[in-house]
Amino acid sequence: MTALLELENVTLRFGGVTAVNKVSFSVEEGEVFALVGPNGAGKSTVFNLVSRFYDPAEGDIRFAGESILKRQPHEMAGLGIARTFQNIELFDHATVLQNLLVGRHRHRRGNLLTETLFTPFVRREERRHREAVEKVIDFLDLQPYREKYIAGLPYGVRKVVEMGRALAIEPRLLLLDEPASGLSVEETQDVAFWIEDIKTQMGITVLMVEHDMHLVASVSDRVLALADGKMLALGTPKEVQTHPKVVEAYIGSTDPMAGAKVRAAV
Amino acid sequence: MRTVFKTSYDADIRMFKHGAQAGWYALLLVLAVVLPWLFNTYWLGEATNMLIWAIAGMGLMILVGQTGQASLGHAAFLAIGCYANVLLQMHGLPFVLAFPLGGLIAGLAGFFIAFPMARLHGIYLAIGTLALAILIDDLIVIAEPLTAGVVGLFAPDISIFGLDINRYGNPWLFYWLVLFVTVLIVLAYRNILRSPLGRSFAAVRDSEVSARAMGVNVALTKATAFGVSAGITGLAGALMGHFAGIFNNETFNIIISIQLLLMIVIGGLGSIHGAFFGAAVVALLPQAIAIGRDVVTGWLGSSSVAIPGLESAIFGFILIAFILFEPLGIYGRWIKIRTYFELFPFYRKDMFRRQRSYLKTERMR
Amino acid sequence: MDVLQLVVSGLANGCVYGLIALGFVLIYKATEAVNFAQGDFMMLGAFLCLGFTNEAFLGLPFWLSVPLAILAMGVFGYALDALVIRKMFGQPQVAVVILTIALGFVLRFLAGVIWGHQPVSLESPIAGQDVRFGGLVLGMDEVTIIVVTVLLTGGLYFYFNSTRLGVAMQASSQNQLAAYYMGIPVKRLNSLIWALAGMVAAVAGILYASKGSIEPSMGLLGIKAFAAAVIGGFGSLPGALLGGLIVGLIEPFAGRYMPSGYSQIMPYLLLFLILIVRPHGILAQYHSKKV
Repeated sequence: MTALLELENVTLRFGGVTAVNKVSFSVEEGEVFALVGPNGAGKSTVFNLVSRFYDPAEGDIRFAGESILKRQPHEMAGLGIARTFQNIELFDHATVLQNLLVGRHRHRRGNLLTETLFTPFVRREERRHREAVEKVIDFLDLQPYREKYIAGLPYGVRKVVEMGRALAIEPRLLLLDEPASGLSVEETQDVAFWIEDIKTQMGITVLMVEHDMHLVASVSDRVLALADGKMLALGTPKEVQTHPKVVEAYIGSTDPMAGAKVRAAV
Repeated sequence: MRTVFKTSYDADIRMFKHGAQAGWYALLLVLAVVLPWLFNTYWLGEATNMLIWAIAGMGLMILVGQTGQASLGHAAFLAIGCYANVLLQMHGLPFVLAFPLGGLIAGLAGFFIAFPMARLHGIYLAIGTLALAILIDDLIVIAEPLTAGVVGLFAPDISIFGLDINRYGNPWLFYWLVLFVTVLIVLAYRNILRSPLGRSFAAVRDSEVSARAMGVNVALTKATAFGVSAGITGLAGALMGHFAGIFNNETFNIIISIQLLLMIVIGGLGSIHGAFFGAAVVALLPQAIAIGRDVVTGWLGSSSVAIPGLESAIFGFILIAFILFEPLGIYGRWIKIRTYFELFPFYRKDMFRRQRSYLKTERMR
Repeated sequence: MDVLQLVVSGLANGCVYGLIALGFVLIYKATEAVNFAQGDFMMLGAFLCLGFTNEAFLGLPFWLSVPLAILAMGVFGYALDALVIRKMFGQPQVAVVILTIALGFVLRFLAGVIWGHQPVSLESPIAGQDVRFGGLVLGMDEVTIIVVTVLLTGGLYFYFNSTRLGVAMQASSQNQLAAYYMGIPVKRLNSLIWALAGMVAAVAGILYASKGSIEPSMGLLGIKAFAAAVIGGFGSLPGALLGGLIVGLIEPFAGRYMPSGYSQIMPYLLLFLILIVRPHGILAQYHSKKV
């Protein structure tokens, strides 16, 4: 296994607040890596750093061995980094199909001229994109919503569409920002299965932020716990859950029984 | 309502949803082609005027309706297209070259002006484009040796491979020329919409962060939308110059910019139909007011009085009414009426209940 | 002394621009709506005062007409928000922009019907008088404009920072939902903001009218004031005034020292420069969207 994504001493400050403080970790090719921690721990900030929405003050971020700090945010998809958003950022006035097709933008090979003329080449390309998107639709069971506009869809479906749109990119690394927040137990279970399949069938590496420790424990290979922008513990889900520092961050005490309480609570 | 069973991906890629739809548009096109035999010269001129406004409307629609970028300065591109076309012809280029070049020059101007402004949002973009229109107006006056300033320029007769076209001499030929350009623009517009470029426009319109995460270069996409929009508008401007015969800086003033934006809002944002409906309102409103005034003065028995500003005021009233009661414009109303008849008697009033979209502020609170 | 007079006349013009810009910013800060008819509000305020005081119309005393016109514009602003703008809640920002542009057309037309399209002068006691400071001769009108603007800005500053209603308005502008939960009547405050913007516009209009003739199309001055607001920073009250003063000062100097034709485009060239270099104005108040 080789490291697909590496963060090295990454620090980011907003004004006087250090949102991310000397964070280093690497995500191996083919694993599911989860970031956990209380609200404001800097999890989403790490995501925004990896998708280049923020510039780190110090440190380096490498993808497939190369630093991405010289690159623009829109180049990330081209490298094979796809992401979802915590608060769902879909294209509301477009259909599910069109949303997924935007995910194919990285694979666009036409240009202004050929697309204006809609040459046979562009038509062939469109068919190719449709086939790729149709696979994602099948995978996520989105058939009933294909022609529906996002604005009228229920929350749970939008969440799935966002995941589908990221998959349409055909990424090497998928960043999932709280994929199960706001979902029902059944829907969360679906998400767990999909993440498994994304990893095993599609061979896509997953980095996710999630609060639902149950989901984290069931799908992730390794977990990194963050608090106040600092790294607390890194290891298997079990190791991290019982780590005294993690327990302290969650419960706020060094009570030896707290670990059991955390596991009982989640 | 017709249910279409899709049997291949091409069903979504094709230009028309089904054969009947293609048939209706073919009929409309035939009607448009035979119009010179149905209308007298005066009304044919009005129809030509409407089509030119519709082209300009489509130009702005790509930017506002499809990409979500407001522009209050599109008269600038009308002017650039018009002056470029006529000046190139005055320097010996034939119309068939000067006309597309005029559009290209306007398009490139739009593209390069948009680049520094790509970071601007909403209101800042609106004011930036507004300033652009004012600048171009003044620049035409300053560049007097080239543009003849406030005196203005005459548009020469159009000559296409020896065939002379003049708006007054053979209006039907000029009408057909404008119709031909209109059809080409409609096809190009449709093609852009169903290809990746059109989808990236919509992505930028609905969520810039998300578009960026999907690999869309937002600044480049905005600039491209500006370029395409300005290019189409420039073509409309060139035709406007030939239609008006003589033009100066005042022909493309700031009011024209604003009128163009208001027009596509009345027509219905986000659709080609909207551009045509809006153009019909702009082109026919003066006629309707003239007729209305004749009727009123007939009742009162007094001599006709001209009320300055009446046209703009009525336009303003119509617009206020639309924004308050039918934000989707004439096209939105048309869809509702059509659905009513298609579903008769099963239409329910809340079928098109307005989606309450809450203000998504760009400001961090 | 020549330069000093240019400065004073520039400042006087700049104050008028600044006051119109202040109206834009007041409404924008509080409601995120952009009132493109602010220039036409100013025009209406000026004509209302003219209608009250000029012999050809009502012929009321000048010092009675001024508060009447200001009050009338306040009522107009309040009613406009309560009856029309409030209904637009939840629609895109550009819808309000277009609505107010259309409103401007209508107001210009109505003013033309009532007061005519010919330029007319406000019969004001301060027009045409001089003030002497040593060897310096200044127009009474210009001095009045500057003094009134300073007083009005100071008053607004005091109002927003020290009065209960002003503080409530500030709170509501920062987070409408939270303000609503705290029991602040957000809707009524928005209407009051529109009323305030109408009153400021009336003051600007009367000041402008006191130094020259006015006509219904003078509302287009609002475009220049708009540029001023953007130059200064759209979300900032001091920025609006600063932008107004900058634009006001550029014009007479460009007119004096540059070839003709260039002076009127200078404010817009500056606007472009600012938009490119500092997209959200000199005194910017803007943060990017959080994801």
